[in-house]
Amino acid sequence: MLHTTLSLMLLAPLTAALVALLVKHPRVAEAVNLMASIIVFACVITLPFSVQSNIEFLDGYVGIAPLSAWVLVCTGIVYLLASIYAVGYMRMLDETPRLPRFYALFAAFALTMLLAPLMNNIGLYWIAIELTTLVSTFLIGFEHEAEAIEAAWKYIMIVSAGISLALLGTIFLYWSGSMVLGPTYQMTWAALQAIGPQLSQPVLLLAFLLMLIGYGTKVGLAPMHNWLPDAHSEGPAPVSVMLSGALLNTAMIGIVRFLAIADAAGIGPICHAALIILGAVSLLVATLFIVRQNGVKRLMAYSSIEHMGVIALGFGFGGAYGIAGSLYHMLNHSLNKSLMFFGAGNAMRAYGSKNIGHIRAVAARFPVQGLIWLAGAIAITGAPPFGLFLSEFSILRAGFHSVSVWAAYVMAILLIVIFIGFINQFRRMYDEPAEDTPPAMRSLSLWCTVPMAMAAAPLLAFGLWWPAAFWSYFRLIVSQLGAGL
Amino acid sequence: MQFAHIPPLAISLFSLLATVSLLFSFVMLGSRWISSYLFAFSGESLTIAVLSAAVAYYGGFPELYLIAVLTALFRGAVLPFLIWQIVRSTRINRELHVMLQPSTSLVLGAFSVVFALIIAVRIGAQMNLSETIIVLALTIMLSMKLIGFLILTLRYEAISQVLGLLVLENGIFLGSQLLVPGMPMLLELVILFDLLVVVACFGVLVRYLLRHAGSTNTLQLRKLVG
Repeated sequence: MLHTTLSLMLLAPLTAALVALLVKHPRVAEAVNLMASIIVFACVITLPFSVQSNIEFLDGYVGIAPLSAWVLVCTGIVYLLASIYAVGYMRMLDETPRLPRFYALFAAFALTMLLAPLMNNIGLYWIAIELTTLVSTFLIGFEHEAEAIEAAWKYIMIVSAGISLALLGTIFLYWSGSMVLGPTYQMTWAALQAIGPQLSQPVLLLAFLLMLIGYGTKVGLAPMHNWLPDAHSEGPAPVSVMLSGALLNTAMIGIVRFLAIADAAGIGPICHAALIILGAVSLLVATLFIVRQNGVKRLMAYSSIEHMGVIALGFGFGGAYGIAGSLYHMLNHSLNKSLMFFGAGNAMRAYGSKNIGHIRAVAARFPVQGLIWLAGAIAITGAPPFGLFLSEFSILRAGFHSVSVWAAYVMAILLIVIFIGFINQFRRMYDEPAEDTPPAMRSLSLWCTVPMAMAAAPLLAFGLWWPAAFWSYFRLIVSQLGAGL
Repeated sequence: MQFAHIPPLAISLFSLLATVSLLFSFVMLGSRWISSYLFAFSGESLTIAVLSAAVAYYGGFPELYLIAVLTALFRGAVLPFLIWQIVRSTRINRELHVMLQPSTSLVLGAFSVVFALIIAVRIGAQMNLSETIIVLALTIMLSMKLIGFLILTLRYEAISQVLGLLVLENGIFLGSQLLVPGMPMLLELVILFDLLVVVACFGVLVRYLLRHAGSTNTLQLRKLVG
């Protein structure tokens, strides 16, 4: 049963990509991609029910654990929302002849992101993450403007260089394992976690730091974040959503699973401290750039860095509250970033500018979508009554009970500054008087506004009510990760 | 890998080959002509291929023969050829703007080798390693990594940056031949294939850069800040 679900989940985007490439008809490409995303969503939503332990396929090269099932759920949700939105958004771009190529790349990007969490072998996981980079580069550069190509070049250059450090870390990890398991063995996350206490600590520490920097580049943790605002602001809005809402989580699980190995090997405290420092620095950098930002999509991009910093802090603090908070934050981040990038893409098209200074009187001109976007802005800062409040609160609670209490104070202060800064940016867009020039577009299609509502509704529901089923699933993941400190 | 049963002469051969490939990365660091980058990269890859074959012969890892052939073919010939194609189509044959003179870059490279040596010796001491070849492998692996990053930061031409990335990869590959020769073949094959795809993607992007941004000089990529 699980076998069929997973095959279907991977075959759907693969077929969509091939059909889009072969048929070369924009409407057909649109439809197959949308179909694929619905199938993927239907598949991933069943995974948490069927995956209660670590299940391996194909000689252990492929496998699924509760942690990867959870990340797949987040990815599936983002893929569905982004595919619905893409139908409306991409029609506004005047790129009709190139749409089949766009959808082929889009489905292929989704495929690589669904593949990565399933990679049970640490080396194959590295390859899958590398593949996500290669495919998404061309999505970022899709609009062929000088800025988009610049962003794509910076993205592939910085991320490839960063991820090569993760490969070096992987080799060191294999080396430390080979002293226990012999020269040839299957390098799976679980196998290395099991022999953790016998691993050589200095080599493992070096491997962890290299992996942290390597995958941290992909996650967008400061100071390796430089590619992220460019890539997220220059790609078409549906691509920004996939990059922010799905890709960052996919790279994060590499760090989290390595952290579990480090805990088992007894070098946990120093590794957790390194992750906490990167998380705190990310929050600081994001705060500084959010307060003085002029690009509407760059604003959302820096908020992604902030959210990844919060997730890194949660896993760094460890314990049941920290890990559960981070996992819940991943889901809320996926929903919230979809909503915010949809709104930013709509505003960009409607006003014909990426500059916050040109986007004025949003609520008066677009009442419905303006209201949902404003709700999303309140949610993004972690204010109640939205899901991000509960997850950030849980992480803070873990922080105050951890050894790194200073980081919890830093996090609390910076979150308040981000709240003020972010709401001020939205005040500028909603409250300051409109310019004389009317917006380029009077109304937006339903394809562009409905997914915003689809993301906002669960976000509100998860803020009012943290389902008990989530708790028990998080507890399962916590026990598999070895409770983290 | 266990080096206890390997003849000392073979270990000297491993050391020699590893050192020669490190020298090739210094050639890349000290030159301003793209063709010499390419020849040095090709020479480095071929040296690593010979090293793989030597490890296969003396260490008893027959599958490394295949890796050696593929390394010579792909890293030594196909990748440099692909990059040569990009160079020909963009008509860029030398680095026009340099941040540092080649001599200064070489001194920086030497410093990074010293830094790598310090790390390697410390790891060796903490693990009570008796074999100096492992310390040498670690040193060369880390210094090629650092030299690759130096090339990435000191060069502005897009092609040189791609070659800098490939030096990073070569360093890891060289180290893995000595530290973990028993790594499953599948991984090594997939990584080789991945490199090919990376270079193909860079080829497309360099053409985009030329057509849409007007230059392959990354100094011009200054539109996105803040």
